[in-house]
Amino acid sequence: MSFKLVVLLVIVLGTLAIAQLIRLYEHSYKLRGRREEDIPNRDNKLNANALLVFGIALFAFFIWLMAKYGYTSRGEAASLHGENVDWLFDINFIIIFAVFFLTNGVLFWFSFKYVRKPGVKAFFFTHSNKLELIWTVIPAIVLAFIIIMGLKSWNDIMAPSENQAINVEIFSEQYKWTARYPGSDNKLGGFDYKATTGNNPLAIITTATLDTAIKYMEFGTDDGSVLGMSLLEEKLNNPKNMFIPKDRLKMEKELDSKSRLVRLLHQMRARHDSNKDVNAYDDVLETDTLHLIVDRDYEFTFRAKDVIHSAYMPHFRLQMNTVPGMVTRFKMRPTITTEEIRKRRNNPTFNYIILCNKVCGSAHYKMKMIVVVETQAQFDKWMSTKKNFGTTFLTKAEAAAPAEGVVSDLQVAVN
Amino acid sequence: MAALTHDTNGHHEAHAHEDEGFVSKYIFSYDHKMISKQYLITAIFMGIVAMMLSILFRIQLAWPGESSDFLSMFLGERWAPGGIMKENMYLGLVTIHGTIMVFFLLTGGLSGIFSNLLIPFQIGARDMASGFMNMLSYWLFFISSIIMLTSLFIETGPAMGGWTIYPPLSALPQAIEGSGLGMILWLSSMAIFIASSLMGSLNYIVTVLNLRTKGMTMSRMPLTVWAFFITAIIGVLSFPVLLSAVLLLTMDRVLGTSFYLSDIIINGEMLENHGGSPVLYQHLFWFLGHPEVYIVLLPALGLSSEVISTNSRKPIFGYRAMIGSLIAIGFLSFIVWAHHMFVTGMNPFLGSVFVFTTLLITIPSAVKVFNYLTTLWKGSLIFTPAMLFAVGLVSSFITGGVTGIILADSALDIMVHDTYFVVAHFHVVMGLSAVFGMFAGVYHWFPRMYGRMLNTRLGYLHFWMTIIGAYGVFFPMHFVGIAGAPRRYYDNSVFNEFDTVAHDMIFDLNVIITYFAIFAAIGQGVFLFNFFYSVFRGPKSVQNPWKSNTLEWTSPVEPIHGNWHGELPTVHRWPYDYSKPGAEDDFIPQNVPLKDGEEEH
Repeated sequence: MSFKLVVLLVIVLGTLAIAQLIRLYEHSYKLRGRREEDIPNRDNKLNANALLVFGIALFAFFIWLMAKYGYTSRGEAASLHGENVDWLFDINFIIIFAVFFLTNGVLFWFSFKYVRKPGVKAFFFTHSNKLELIWTVIPAIVLAFIIIMGLKSWNDIMAPSENQAINVEIFSEQYKWTARYPGSDNKLGGFDYKATTGNNPLAIITTATLDTAIKYMEFGTDDGSVLGMSLLEEKLNNPKNMFIPKDRLKMEKELDSKSRLVRLLHQMRARHDSNKDVNAYDDVLETDTLHLIVDRDYEFTFRAKDVIHSAYMPHFRLQMNTVPGMVTRFKMRPTITTEEIRKRRNNPTFNYIILCNKVCGSAHYKMKMIVVVETQAQFDKWMSTKKNFGTTFLTKAEAAAPAEGVVSDLQVAVN
Repeated sequence: MAALTHDTNGHHEAHAHEDEGFVSKYIFSYDHKMISKQYLITAIFMGIVAMMLSILFRIQLAWPGESSDFLSMFLGERWAPGGIMKENMYLGLVTIHGTIMVFFLLTGGLSGIFSNLLIPFQIGARDMASGFMNMLSYWLFFISSIIMLTSLFIETGPAMGGWTIYPPLSALPQAIEGSGLGMILWLSSMAIFIASSLMGSLNYIVTVLNLRTKGMTMSRMPLTVWAFFITAIIGVLSFPVLLSAVLLLTMDRVLGTSFYLSDIIINGEMLENHGGSPVLYQHLFWFLGHPEVYIVLLPALGLSSEVISTNSRKPIFGYRAMIGSLIAIGFLSFIVWAHHMFVTGMNPFLGSVFVFTTLLITIPSAVKVFNYLTTLWKGSLIFTPAMLFAVGLVSSFITGGVTGIILADSALDIMVHDTYFVVAHFHVVMGLSAVFGMFAGVYHWFPRMYGRMLNTRLGYLHFWMTIIGAYGVFFPMHFVGIAGAPRRYYDNSVFNEFDTVAHDMIFDLNVIITYFAIFAAIGQGVFLFNFFYSVFRGPKSVQNPWKSNTLEWTSPVEPIHGNWHGELPTVHRWPYDYSKPGAEDDFIPQNVPLKDGEEEH
């Protein structure tokens, strides 16, 4: 409290003090018969000099920042297209530095040089088509160069992947990343968000996962934390049950929604081609660290479960939004292993990273996943420790599939 | 209509209005000068609020996790328990800071203050085409400001999705608490704001087209009026699209439609929405959002054209090229919006088209800069505070403009998109430039508004504190961005877990930035003091203090209804006859007839 009081006092007294100073200053103006709009030459010159000094200080500040912080941490690009992007970035930076120094320099220099001098009249100069033409054409030429170079890189980066690229899916939700590897067939299983259940967080479609999803809709969870349609119906229809209207409405809404969703699931199940199940069962899910093989092409596809996220891998110069209801993609070839980059950066704890770069909720800033780039041998060794989706899902599903057919606990898993 | 009758018997009307009551004079006034002042005061207030919000989150960014009396004083136990800001409040502050600055200070404020003040004055009209609509426009602006401010005080907090409020985050209250009532208030406030902005803009357009005084051809209009005119046209064409975006979002929230939502599971709840696209929202939003940048910037450029020419005692160089580039910028501003969306999953071919159009807009912008520089060349510069701010604008317009080239290049945008590089870029090019232009305008036209002078020395102090603070904040911020720090992060400590070098650098810079931000904020205190002191006690102004050519300086010092006693002035020349050879004075006002044998520029 006393802190606030002191602050308040300082503000009030300070204001009063300045007010008194201003009045003093105005009186002195009046005495000398000078008006507020007449800028004395001394003040005018002072400001002109100050502008020049400021300009120089600005340049010095910029050079200091550039020298000290310009390239730290961004470091060299660790991907094939990233090297090209960095080269383009440097060229563009040189161009914009030149423009920045030149035009700002001229601005502050003119401000200093052409300050009002007694007896010197301004030069009446209204227009010059030649000059206008020069500074329309020169920027146009420079821009044509920038545009052509930029679009060339952009088209290369965005071009479709070669066939041998490894398909990896990056799945995003509040506030974590999951990677899905395709297994030995390099094919990722299909997905539909309605197939999501506790042990199928990525909504992969197989005959078994669809059955599970349908059962989950119909019967809810074992522990009763989520009610299935049958129990909801029973509760609502039981004349002995009494609900407050709000709860009743909520349950009715839930029942409606589930009955519509389950109908869609049944249709999907009827049309499902079980021959495709193998694509899905050998997929491998990873939530901790994204392992990549050095010098291999990757085709990343991105999905989001809830809101928009953005997969940002600054060291690979890679960024792509993940959008609910849509699949986005980006191809990339990592060129430097984690081990190697640590040596080059002289930073033994350095790691590559996926950050979330689109605001997605309160813990947005914590949503990240470590990326490790390693040799084929190291990768194989790691992969051999992983269980594929078929193993984890089928065993869990069988273990958790008692006579009633009730399956998983979506609610618990997600919370 | 009132303005038209003024034309014939303005003198008489002017007297008839003098005994009007307090309410119709100061509150529900139809007079463009009073409405302009109402906008000014409201905008100053909103600006202070938004600036204070930025100081709060700058403290959080520089010293995350440290308890601060300052934070607990402003945010209280609900949002800063123990003096440590809550994550959600951080996002709320960022969102409302952006919204207020962009819409309420720079759009509503800048156009509202200076279009209202200067359009009738500079084209020689007694008032706006529709005084009533003008009043309505201000009061809708006022109501929307109140609603936006209210949202800061509700229990679930203000909107938290960033000022662009991308769905699904903004559509689903389950996703973040600010998407509940806070978002409803945000949406209603914006809908009202858009109505206000449209009424204002239509009024400006009609006034410029129909109420120009005798001799005021389009090619004799001051660049300020040209800028306001183009701005108003852009506003009329783009704001309705934002309204549609807002309405569709409201329908998704309230009526269960699926314009922007598809295949979503949120907090364990499976939604039925299918087939919508969040990218659609982004297209609609940025179809306003990008022209919006020029809605903010063009008036500032117009104001500084006038200020620079007057205080260089020299005609603005390339008057027609300046108009041409205003029109070119206005036109191009409608076909560049998707450069905000290169990595949103939009078709990459579409991206390449927008790279092309975006970089094209550099050309008219460059023309403007070079014309300003040539105007200074061989001038006789008088550094009033307004002139200093105008020079500051040219500097920030260059500095912010060049980094735009990086962001417009889709291949380079990949690595800096949504990082602090973007934040630095747009704060310099549109934030600083527009604010500098606004201050230039306030210092220059204050005598016209209040009949008094602002204190020049305090003006100098204000300028130097502002420009040093501003560059001190935004120069280092570029480097935070290049290091890969995403925007809207509550705490960058997370960098410590994978790159300690980057972490240390980001924190070094963030501390520097916060100190400069506080310094700049204190500088605005100087302005506030100067402003309110001078409104009441400033020395009386003469009729034409800056020896300027435009018509507003021929109107009497004491503001009167109808702007001129007797007949309206007749215009005989363009507004930039400064230091014309053969003339006695170094300025010739527009209402002075051409001498025998004198050529019009």
